Amino acid sequence: MITVESLTMKYGRTLAVDDISFTASAGRVTGFLGPNGAGKSTTMRIMVGLTRATQGTVTIDGRRFADLPNPGLEVGVLLDASAQHAGRTGREILVLAQQFMGLPRTRVEEMLEVVSLTPDEASRRVRDYSLGMRQRLGIATALIGDPEVLILDEPANGLDPAGIRWMRDLLRGYADRGGTVLLSSHLLHEIEVIADDIVMIGHGRIVSQGTKTELLHEAGTIVRADNAIQLELALTDWGLTTHPTGDGALRTEADASLVGKVALQAGVALTELRAAEGAGLEEMFLELTSATQREGVPA
Amino acid sequence: MTTIAAGSSHTPRTAVHPVPLTRITAVELRKMFDTRSGFWLIASIAITAVLAAGGVIVWAPDGQLTYSTFATAIRFPVVIILPLIAILAVTSEWSQRTGLTTFTLIPHRYRIISAKAIGSVIIAIAAMALTFAVGALGNLLGAGVKGAPLVWDVTLTQCLYYVFGMVLSLLVGFMLGVLIRASTGAIVAYFILTFLLPTLFGLLASSAQWFHTLQPWVDSQFAQSGLFVFDKSLTGEQWAHIGVTGLIWLVLPLLVGLRLVMRAEVK
Ligand SMILES: Nc1ncnc2c1ncn2[C@@H]1O[C@H](COP(=O)(O)OP(=O)(O)OP(=O)(O)O)[C@@H](O)[C@H]1O
Ligand SMILES: [Mg+2]
Repeated sequence: MITVESLTMKYGRTLAVDDISFTASAGRVTGFLGPNGAGKSTTMRIMVGLTRATQGTVTIDGRRFADLPNPGLEVGVLLDASAQHAGRTGREILVLAQQFMGLPRTRVEEMLEVVSLTPDEASRRVRDYSLGMRQRLGIATALIGDPEVLILDEPANGLDPAGIRWMRDLLRGYADRGGTVLLSSHLLHEIEVIADDIVMIGHGRIVSQGTKTELLHEAGTIVRADNAIQLELALTDWGLTTHPTGDGALRTEADASLVGKVALQAGVALTELRAAEGAGLEEMFLELTSATQREGVPA
Repeated sequence: MTTIAAGSSHTPRTAVHPVPLTRITAVELRKMFDTRSGFWLIASIAITAVLAAGGVIVWAPDGQLTYSTFATAIRFPVVIILPLIAILAVTSEWSQRTGLTTFTLIPHRYRIISAKAIGSVIIAIAAMALTFAVGALGNLLGAGVKGAPLVWDVTLTQCLYYVFGMVLSLLVGFMLGVLIRASTGAIVAYFILTFLLPTLFGLLASSAQWFHTLQPWVDSQFAQSGLFVFDKSLTGEQWAHIGVTGLIWLVLPLLVGLRLVMRAEVK
């Protein structure tokens, strides 16, 4: 479990992280979202002691990261896959991690296989790696100590579709075995598929957090009827705001059971009623972070 | 991708032991060799030592074909290369951004920095052993080829002076790596400290009388020169010169640098 308590980070007058608190629980995948520059990477760097927070604390299963005797065995970290010595081979980078952690040498070849780097690729120098290969190497470094907590900053960045699918299954498996997974990503679809909990930040502040089902619920309901005009009237009668989705359906903030009741009372036959998933997380993300978006309020 | 899981995940571990400093030092030593540039930098110590010894055999006047001439000639390439090794060992964590992994696996930065210092000194001592061996071979060979008398004009104490002096040079490089944390900047600073500054001090000393007496207390190269002349034992005053200049040019800036390293953000 990762516990973040009133974390604040100031760079001069820039407030990169502004008094945020959240937990990433064991057995769950926590998605950490926010627009560019929101403070995700800064928060993750603070978690592992690379940056000193101005205020606040982070603990991992109740201990500060610096107090872990052999952190690689307890926390797997991937912050930036390109932060490697360009002149080392991929295998050598894993060997260094393996030796720091005091693991058996066989673990290196095992991990290469886990992330699907061939022996030939492993013998190449990292300067000749593609983006996805670096990412795979970074993931291997994070996993080599078989840690119970994973902190991953945009791990899917640069992975091919098969790699993303593999990553998703891997993280799911980790959480299902009781591990804690915190990952940031801009691939909202990925997060929506894999995350159990979501922490969303903008301008260094938490704009929303909770379980995925709760949050997506808040994002509303998609409802469709053959008689769309009657449906819209019935909903607005109840004081519910509706937005046309563009394909004849309506989106509303209310939850599905309320919308169903309204429709029943109004005698409107529904053809579709569901939580606004799919675009849900993206919609919610853009809405919640609109004040902090570079592009301003989205249309 | 393969379906092999990432391991027998989360088998309850027996108590996790802290990473011992010996292991960190071993890994840090490995990191000095495991890139092509690192490997050739260290190999170049042996290569230039042999070249310098060859140069002495070919060009030194017969009367000077002694062990101390060899040791002195070999010192020049080595005194440049050794500190580079120490500088790059430290700065690459920042310039190559490997610190992101290193300081995450070992979150106590002083342990990594100590391991790097110990590793660099081990390399320096190995390099010195090599230097003495190459010098001795050169001396034997020189005597054999040119028929000059075999002269061993270096005592054990003087050997130790020599090693001590070289380790000091290496540590100055190390200090600059820690203080500046950028490869180019630290290397340039090393050349300024070791070659430019002593020249300026020398000029000043010859033109200004007041500085003449002050020079041994501020010019570290001047203060340390006694370590490399294979002449006689150092006097107490000479040791004091080395101590004071070492404090000014090595210990104090190193303390400042360490403080910066402990607080600096790694990204
Ligand atoms: N050393 C620094 N000095 C000044 N400002 C900094 C420094 N490091 C980070 N920042 C600022 O902190 C803010 C948060 O940056 P951070 O990298 O954490 O964002 P992020 O959420 O990871 O963004 P992205 O999605 O683009 O990766 C940014 O405004 C950034 O410019
Ligand atoms: Mg980031």
